[in-house]
Amino acid sequence: MKFPILLDVQSAFKTFARNKARSFLTTLGIIIGVASVIATVSIGQGASASVQDAINAMGSNLLIILPGSSNLGGVQTGFGELPTLTLQDAEAIRKLPAVKTDAANIRMNEQVIWRGNNWGASVLGTSSTFPVIRKWPVTKGEFFDKQQVDTAANVAVIGTTVATQLFGLMNPVGHIVLIHNVPFKIIGELKSIGFNAFGQDQDDLVTVPITTMMEKIAGISWVNIIMVSAKSKKDTEIAQNQITALLRQKHHIPPHKPNDFYIRNLTQIAQTASSSAQIFTILLAAVAAVSLLVGGIGIMNIMLVSVTERTKEIGIRMAVGAKKNDILKQFLIESSVLSLFGGVLGIGLGIGISDLISVISPLHTILTIEPILISIVFSVAVGVFFGFYPAYKASNLNPVEALRYE
Amino acid sequence: MNENINETVIRLEHIGMIYKTGAINYEALKDINLTIRKGEFFSIMGASGSGKSTLMNILGCLDKPTFGKYFLEDEDVSTLSKDRLAEIRNKKIGFVFQGFNLIQRLSVIENVELPLFYAGLTHKEANIEAKKALRLVDIPENKENNFPNQISGGEQQRVAIARAIVHNASIIMADEPTGNLDSVRSNELMSFFKKINAERNATIILVTHEPDVAAFAKKHITVKDGHIVDN
Ligand SMILES: Nc1ncnc2c1ncn2[C@@H]1O[C@H](COP(=O)(O)OP(=O)(O)O)[C@@H](O)[C@H]1O
Ligand SMILES: [Mg+2]
Repeated sequence: MKFPILLDVQSAFKTFARNKARSFLTTLGIIIGVASVIATVSIGQGASASVQDAINAMGSNLLIILPGSSNLGGVQTGFGELPTLTLQDAEAIRKLPAVKTDAANIRMNEQVIWRGNNWGASVLGTSSTFPVIRKWPVTKGEFFDKQQVDTAANVAVIGTTVATQLFGLMNPVGHIVLIHNVPFKIIGELKSIGFNAFGQDQDDLVTVPITTMMEKIAGISWVNIIMVSAKSKKDTEIAQNQITALLRQKHHIPPHKPNDFYIRNLTQIAQTASSSAQIFTILLAAVAAVSLLVGGIGIMNIMLVSVTERTKEIGIRMAVGAKKNDILKQFLIESSVLSLFGGVLGIGLGIGISDLISVISPLHTILTIEPILISIVFSVAVGVFFGFYPAYKASNLNPVEALRYE
Repeated sequence: MNENINETVIRLEHIGMIYKTGAINYEALKDINLTIRKGEFFSIMGASGSGKSTLMNILGCLDKPTFGKYFLEDEDVSTLSKDRLAEIRNKKIGFVFQGFNLIQRLSVIENVELPLFYAGLTHKEANIEAKKALRLVDIPENKENNFPNQISGGEQQRVAIARAIVHNASIIMADEPTGNLDSVRSNELMSFFKKINAERNATIILVTHEPDVAAFAKKHITVKDGHIVDN
């Protein structure tokens, strides 16, 4: 095997240049295969990143405590409606060493009325720590403070959707709205953060102090949910254990009884969500890879034709000294170059499709270098694999018969 | 003239060749014994179908005989592997085919470089040698990058010769090289064989059924029904 590879590659390119239409049609299978792998992987990675972003946006190192029991089949009476969590629980949790801050929440859907305008929004009773835990700053006015929570003040901070619906372009700060027939003074407006991963408008929100919510709107003495921000990512698990111990003690749960609350660790949920997005991506890519194999069969087909057409050339090469491996190598390189060429075009097409999808659809696509490199390696592998049989056939020709071929 | 003039280059001992076509065995060569010495200009004559090409393919290491021994420069090549035979063809034998057999996809110079690449020369070395060979057959530099279909028939013939002599093969073999040529071109080709036979002391083995062509050779055998018959 002495024949220089570069010359084989050059010769392969010349062959394709002479048969442009045929080479292009031959590689079409590879082009489509690679393009669909690239496009599907970019959708999958985009989905995975969206899930991550959505969860990160909800706050870092976040633990969510809900009433009910997870090992009794979850929340049986509906989301957060068991009266087992209280504001006192929230205050005790705040003092735990691994906990940075917490917020107790009650959420209800209520009509918000300002003068003649009327808008149905999600009303959230929460703590003064809400902007910190949710990483959700106020852009106009300010958020209510601890004192306003302690005194159950009639103040509200609204999301931008509510602000636009009720006030149009006016600054809502300072106006009085009616919620559940109770007057609330708007003291701030939250930054617009748009839709969440589930398609809900997160700005369609009114926040009021949790105490005001309990006493004046919901009329209950328990909370739906306590959100806890651990001191660090590492601390989330420690915090989870500390909270479990604390709440079991406060709720007087005997050792053999299950918890009357459960804790969701958002870091864990994020990991689960992104790993299932990854599995989804791999499945999609595997389906797309099938078309790569079909493309490989197209290459094998055309290489067999090429070997037959060039029988005489093979005979001449053998007569002047080409060994089996020289011929084998020549045709393997030809099929690999052909499929690599298809692979490169396919990557271009795939990037185009992926960009197009992100422009014309709500899907968010992300392209990293890995699927591109894998596609290149894969298309060369397809060329070698499917080119092998034709190349082997060529290398085993009898020189006398090959020379006689017309 | 040359001290090696009597050195044996080729020795065939009891060579037989049987072609198997389905159930039918055809004996194309029967008990061929032949000695060719260095520097000989040798012609093989005979009617069509007599076995000339079969004999030539064995001599050229393109095919292996069914029986007998073939010594090429004292090496028994009748039992060598296909790859070893390819190496021997590459090093020792230059072929001039009927119809030239240039590779149409390759340029003139690439056709001539081909045997050198398979011999392991670098692109640069091969290029230098190929240019030398092309000058020797009067192909000008400005035609080196043409493709075979862009040059005349006479030029293609000379390129084919350049390819046969580019690696200084000690034996040149040609199976009916003048089969498709007019008398002018056929004479031109034979004069060239005569020239390298004289100048390089190359052994020339020529298969032909034309007596005019055979007349250029100094030694002759005739094949009839797979046998050598004496002249
Ligand atoms: N590959 C083959 N298979 C079967 N028979 C063959 C083959 N090659 C040649 N023959 C037969 O062997 C005989 C000699 O052929 P060949 O050597 O080509 O003759 P020549 O070159 O003298 O015309 C012919 O009868 C031919 O049909
Ligand atoms: Mg013949």
